[in-house]
Amino acid sequence: MAKKRQKAQGKQGGASQKKLRPMVIRLKDVWKVYQMGEVEVPALRGLNLEIRDGEFVAIMGPSGSGKSTAMNMIGCLDIPTRGRIELDSQDISQLSESDLAQIRGRRIGFIFQQFNLIPTLTALENVMLPMTFQGMPAADRKERAIKLLDMVELEDRMHHKPSELSGGQQQRVAIARALANDPEVILADEPTGNLDSKTGSIVMDFLKRLNCDEDKTIIMVTHDEDVARNAQRIELLRDGVVASSSKGNMGQLPCPEKKG
Amino acid sequence: MIFDYFRIAFGNLTRRKLRSWLTVLGIFIGIMAVVGLVSLSQGMENALLSEFKKLGTNRIVISPGGAGMGPVSGSFSAAKFTEEDYGAVKDIRGVDISVSIYSKSAYITFGKETKQNMVWGFPFDSELLEFYKTQSMFDIDEGRLLRPGDRYKAMVGWGAANELFDKKMKVGSKIYINGIEFEVVGIHKKMGGVTGAASDNMIRIPKEAARDVFNEADEVGAIFLRVDEGYEVDDVAERAERKLRKFRDVNEGEEDFSVQTSAQVIAAFEQVLGVVQAVLVGLAAISLLVGGIGIMNTMYTSVVERTREIGIMKSVGARNSAIMMIFLIESGLLGAVGGTIGVASGLGIGKLAEFVALQYDITSLQAYTGFPLILGAMLFAFVVGAIAGTFPAIQASKLHPVDALRK
Repeated sequence: MAKKRQKAQGKQGGASQKKLRPMVIRLKDVWKVYQMGEVEVPALRGLNLEIRDGEFVAIMGPSGSGKSTAMNMIGCLDIPTRGRIELDSQDISQLSESDLAQIRGRRIGFIFQQFNLIPTLTALENVMLPMTFQGMPAADRKERAIKLLDMVELEDRMHHKPSELSGGQQQRVAIARALANDPEVILADEPTGNLDSKTGSIVMDFLKRLNCDEDKTIIMVTHDEDVARNAQRIELLRDGVVASSSKGNMGQLPCPEKKG
Repeated sequence: MIFDYFRIAFGNLTRRKLRSWLTVLGIFIGIMAVVGLVSLSQGMENALLSEFKKLGTNRIVISPGGAGMGPVSGSFSAAKFTEEDYGAVKDIRGVDISVSIYSKSAYITFGKETKQNMVWGFPFDSELLEFYKTQSMFDIDEGRLLRPGDRYKAMVGWGAANELFDKKMKVGSKIYINGIEFEVVGIHKKMGGVTGAASDNMIRIPKEAARDVFNEADEVGAIFLRVDEGYEVDDVAERAERKLRKFRDVNEGEEDFSVQTSAQVIAAFEQVLGVVQAVLVGLAAISLLVGGIGIMNTMYTSVVERTREIGIMKSVGARNSAIMMIFLIESGLLGAVGGTIGVASGLGIGKLAEFVALQYDITSLQAYTGFPLILGAMLFAFVVGAIAGTFPAIQASKLHPVDALRK
């Protein structure tokens, strides 16, 4: 019920009401410096970024702009050389690898350009995997995984291995997997980068619906301007800092309707 | 959760079947060798021990010369016993029955053949006859036992009667021992086994006849004592040794004779078998070590190949410990599967050797198939696998998720 109400608010009120919602991610003066032999190469040079709950933000930038590094930081895959990263006001920039793994598993869902499904596991098992690592009982895991695969319209393909699925289907399995532990944040790294435009737009519709219907915060990294425009807000990175910030189409157009 | 890790690990092993089986092969051969060798040597030891136990554990053998295995060694030694030495020990406290025998190698002629064989002179009085009747080595297959009053008569072991000469001896056959004619009055039942084999080949004649054959007035080859119930064998043995030392006027530590209890003979056998066993198992363990290195190699390759997967699992919330567990289970499974097949085939080899040995009438080669061996070998294989997998697993778990995903 609560979700329905939020959804209605989001649709009617637009961006102005969403700004009042709490901060999910805050990057404060984040530096990441890579050591290349003798030379220090800074990928992020004091990046500041704030993302509120329920937002759909695209991070754009040319290669070398630091957008991948920024995504690793937001996804708790890496820790900054300097600066502070807050997830729900909790500073995660000093946590150990195992604590970070725990946070990733519960609160962040990843969608990759390469889909990154485990080739030996079936679609169902791939979706169950993040729940396995959280120690969820097998029966609950299976029930939820089937529900999620149903949502991405792949319930008839759940016993197939990734190699038996098309790219678009694999990416939908990955979306289901990203939702497995009901995370607050979905982090999508070039989610349509390996797909043709038609399947790409289907996958994008799923992402948009996650934001509209499920009220998930979505952060999408892309270098494609057309793809970025699907978001509410576009942050353009250059040389490891935000160069400019602009509005996307999301919020102005209606949510995509569920097909079938 | 651990079951799920097993499921993942198993999936990874079946993904590369040939490599997994080749790795398993390394462990399988090692475990097979260890199990087969332990099974046979342990079985042999058990068979020997039970043979010794059947002979009785309350025996003392005293023979001239240094310590050796029974009376045979005495015949090669310069030191000799006479009936007087026997007289010194036969009545000491705790001795129930005592026998002094004379044994020597002689030329036996039967039909047209002449062979060298051990001939044993036994005393036969009515009391000893009753004792002999209780001993399995005196069981008669054909004919009768020697009895008091017999002179040039012989009892022949099963092997000596049937296998020593081309022609088989029968009751009533005539044989010549160092040229003197003897009549075969009895043939013993076959004993078999390691201890029985010696008895099967013996020719037993009355001690008085042996003196004629070997022309020795009162030499004694060995003295057997049976300890009475209620006395400690070791105490009686010590008393006999002390008495004999005094009688032969030698100092402690310079004895020209040896006193051995059944327990000491068993211990000596066990020691020899133990050394043999240790050497064999040590050799087999080397092949197991090589198998372990094979697992380690496979696992390192696997970590490199699956770096990306490790990154994926980490990105969806796998802790380092989970990654490590998956890899450890994988290598442990390789070991355990190799161990299971190895145990089965090792026992199979043991049983096969036992069967083949039986075809040649060797009953002492029995494969030991005890539960501790089976469980121990399988557990050992699993541990070898897990240890071999430890370093690769640590390497896998320490991978940085960002670097791993980039692969």
